[in-house]
Amino acid sequence: MLRVSRDLLRYDGRFRLAVILLGGVVIMILLSFNSPYDPGKSFEVPWDLPPSWEHPFGTTSRGQDLFWWLTFAVRNSLYLGIVTAIISRVISVLVGLTAGYRGGWIDRVLMAISDSFVVLPLLPILILLSFLLRESMNLLNLAIILGLFGWSFDARLIRSQVLSLRERSFTRTAVYSGTSGFWITIREHLPFVLPIVFATTLNNILWSIGMEVTLSVLGLSDLTTPTLGTALFWANQHGALVAGVWWWITAPAVVTAILFLGLYLLFTSINEFIDPRTRLRLIGG
Amino acid sequence: MSTSPKLLDVQHVTVEFHIGGLLGGALLTAVNDVSFSLESDKPEIFTLAGESGSGKTTLSRLLLRDLEPTKGKVLFEGRDVSTIRKRSEFIEFIKKVQPVFQNPFETFSPLRRVEAYLFDTVKNFRMASNRREAAGIVDDALRSVGLSLDEVRQRYPHELSGGQIQRVSVARALISQPKLILADEPVSMVDASLRMEIVNLFQKLRDERGVSVIYITHDLATAYYISDRIAIMLRGYIVESGPVEDVLERPAHPYTQLLKESVPEPTPSKRESWAKHIELGVTEIKEYGRIGCKFAGRCPKVMDICRQADPPDVQVGRQTVKCYLYSEHVEKTEAGTQP
Amino acid sequence: MTLLSVQNLHAYYKTEAYGISRTVRAVDGVSFDLFPNEIYGVAGESSCGKTTLIKVISGSIRPPLKAIEGSVNYNFGDYQADMLKISQEELRRNIRWKRISYVMQGSMSVLNPVRKVIKTFQDIVDTHERITDKKEFLEKTRAHINRLGLPTDVLNAYPHQLSGGMRQRVAIALATVFQPALIIADEPTTALDVVVQRGVLHMIKDIQAASKNTVLLVTHDMAVHANVADRVMIMYAGRIVEEAPTEVIFNTPLHPYTQHLINSLPMIGEKSMKASLKGSPPNLADPPTGCRFHPRCPYVMDECRTVVPELVSVKERHRVACHLVKEASL
Repeated sequence: MLRVSRDLLRYDGRFRLAVILLGGVVIMILLSFNSPYDPGKSFEVPWDLPPSWEHPFGTTSRGQDLFWWLTFAVRNSLYLGIVTAIISRVISVLVGLTAGYRGGWIDRVLMAISDSFVVLPLLPILILLSFLLRESMNLLNLAIILGLFGWSFDARLIRSQVLSLRERSFTRTAVYSGTSGFWITIREHLPFVLPIVFATTLNNILWSIGMEVTLSVLGLSDLTTPTLGTALFWANQHGALVAGVWWWITAPAVVTAILFLGLYLLFTSINEFIDPRTRLRLIGG
Repeated sequence: MSTSPKLLDVQHVTVEFHIGGLLGGALLTAVNDVSFSLESDKPEIFTLAGESGSGKTTLSRLLLRDLEPTKGKVLFEGRDVSTIRKRSEFIEFIKKVQPVFQNPFETFSPLRRVEAYLFDTVKNFRMASNRREAAGIVDDALRSVGLSLDEVRQRYPHELSGGQIQRVSVARALISQPKLILADEPVSMVDASLRMEIVNLFQKLRDERGVSVIYITHDLATAYYISDRIAIMLRGYIVESGPVEDVLERPAHPYTQLLKESVPEPTPSKRESWAKHIELGVTEIKEYGRIGCKFAGRCPKVMDICRQADPPDVQVGRQTVKCYLYSEHVEKTEAGTQP
Repeated sequence: MTLLSVQNLHAYYKTEAYGISRTVRAVDGVSFDLFPNEIYGVAGESSCGKTTLIKVISGSIRPPLKAIEGSVNYNFGDYQADMLKISQEELRRNIRWKRISYVMQGSMSVLNPVRKVIKTFQDIVDTHERITDKKEFLEKTRAHINRLGLPTDVLNAYPHQLSGGMRQRVAIALATVFQPALIIADEPTTALDVVVQRGVLHMIKDIQAASKNTVLLVTHDMAVHANVADRVMIMYAGRIVEEAPTEVIFNTPLHPYTQHLINSLPMIGEKSMKASLKGSPPNLADPPTGCRFHPRCPYVMDECRTVVPELVSVKERHRVACHLVKEASL
């Protein structure tokens, strides 16, 4: 693992840039644990101050230091993204591997369920759910719900991959070596499936963060929790642009862009390295 | 006449596939009324020869219990193979019947070390109680094919040559000390200079370890070199079978004659017969759907009766031929239709 | 008059990724000539460099492949071309399909699977000679197909409706539409059944005999060369080890590798034991020193390990690169 990172660091420019960008994000997250200001409190500092040495991102109309507030926001948004990604990856891998290898009625049932999830209109349902669960729509619950909705596309992708892997000779070799179906999926097929999982994880993280932003901007999530979305909601609420408090919109936007770009570069460079096809080409296969 | 059951007894096996959708579509008979057997006490190399579409690959999948026959039975050591349902029974079966596949670079996953499959086999067949014992068995198997565990240790498939991988593949098949090995085109994707070592290896297995080999190929030259008996397949039928010297030196069936003539020989002075022009079919489906002898469309000696019904099996010398040319004046092995 | 002259060609693949740089010396000092009206066979196993050689000869030199040294010059009579300096545009306009065409192992790579065969013909003809009269084009194409012994209804079929052998023959018909001076056939029959192979090779021979052009036939199958080629060249690990007219090379092979290739082929009617070579073809990123065959040669001498044997003429049109032979002819 370390060797991989060291190699990537040395030879892949994208990885280096990703490390820099995400490094900044991680620093922000770590700083949030030492924040001098409590994000729940307002009017702790003079309001509407532009960026300065004392307040690097300025202050909001509610008297909060934007920089320290955003450290919490980034932490929460990333937390949401990662939890969603983990839940949906795990489900999609389990469903995809099982449906692909077993086939038959198990496959049909699982794919029917998956397809139903694909066609469900997510945003209206989320809006409905957030109305119904107003009180308990905290970040974790939102992550769980998004995770339950985010696995269906990838399950089908994984399943197709498994369908083709099933026909390859080495699967038969494993069968005649006495390996059971379960272990064949884990040992023979999963390594090929992982790059797909990895590639779509990024997508999933960005999608879930984006979903959260959408909900928050509409005012439908728990607005007291600082996230990148609620930052924009509150900025809008207070007419930040009109009032000339441009830093309240710009800072979250820039931080979000850095987060997205950093994640994208990280995933692309790692994925190229772990993808069996490119890896084989590079090690001379 | 041995009292023990035959090693392998294929009895009038037919395999049909439905191609096309649920409504409509056609019936493809990949294997049609095929019968042959191998004795337990006399290890031999039995070749199934034929071109693509002949049914030989379907037949090999059938023998490996990958498919079920539509009609007929396959008996292995007296037991009907389609009654093997439980996993434990399947494991017992594959301990005795092992495959070797065509493409060495596909036989093992490119992401796993090749030795992993050998250790897997030892573990799944419960042949060792610890890693050291397992390594001993793996090393023995590799040595019997001219390799060793040290040579192969930690290697991925792309780090070995095609010939080496095929040898590892045979070594894996040998771990459980099988009685029968099914080798499907084992050397067609191996370099010319490495081919003979694999082919010679099969002979060694038969002579020194008593392993029977069903060798599936379209290469008549290597078939001649190592087999004891050969069966020529065309569109699902066995059209000629018998001792390899008889079938390939004195082919009786016109199709076998065509095959033999079409094999290019590495002797420039003998070009004449190969240089004779022939006609090739446009599509294969037409031949499958034909009534009567499948070769009738291309046969230089075709008669009217050939297009009417399947020819009977007739004994000609030491070989069995499915052809009307011989059905008048020689004794029949089965009840056939007399024109 | 030489059609093609390749002199001292060195073509390598240079890759660099994650700090590992590899140079694969796929073609390492190859010189030979092609003449009009002959079938020239190139024999060799996988990783002997023959595929790279073909790429360079047909102008497909793209990174990571690079021609480091040497020359590849064509003389088409009215037109000369230096393959190492020619532009892609020039290749497309004047060389491909018109003067040099290609028949490969998988015919599906030239036949568009979603278009009828006649459309593929149209596409290829159109890029070189604008089709003004569609009827005339159809008639000429039908005549061409018939002349090659194929039924005209293949033109209206989709590639997947035809058998493998028929597809390959259609690919050959495509390759000969403009009567090119050189047809490069790269393992054209390897995946085909022996009877179909015979038909396809017959077709190639007939075409060559009728138009008197040159066919460069690349295959590892020595038996095919014995029945089809006029001259044969054996490649091993990026170098030529022997070259001679077919009868000569099969009756008196001089290089130990050639001898092995020919003697190891089993034949019907012969049950004598055939041996195989020890070792395996070398890794071209790290080839053996001296003669690249020395680790596997049954007659290896000290000189073989350090000195590269030169390709010398031992008889008229018979060249060998082996220290054994050099010694004998002194």
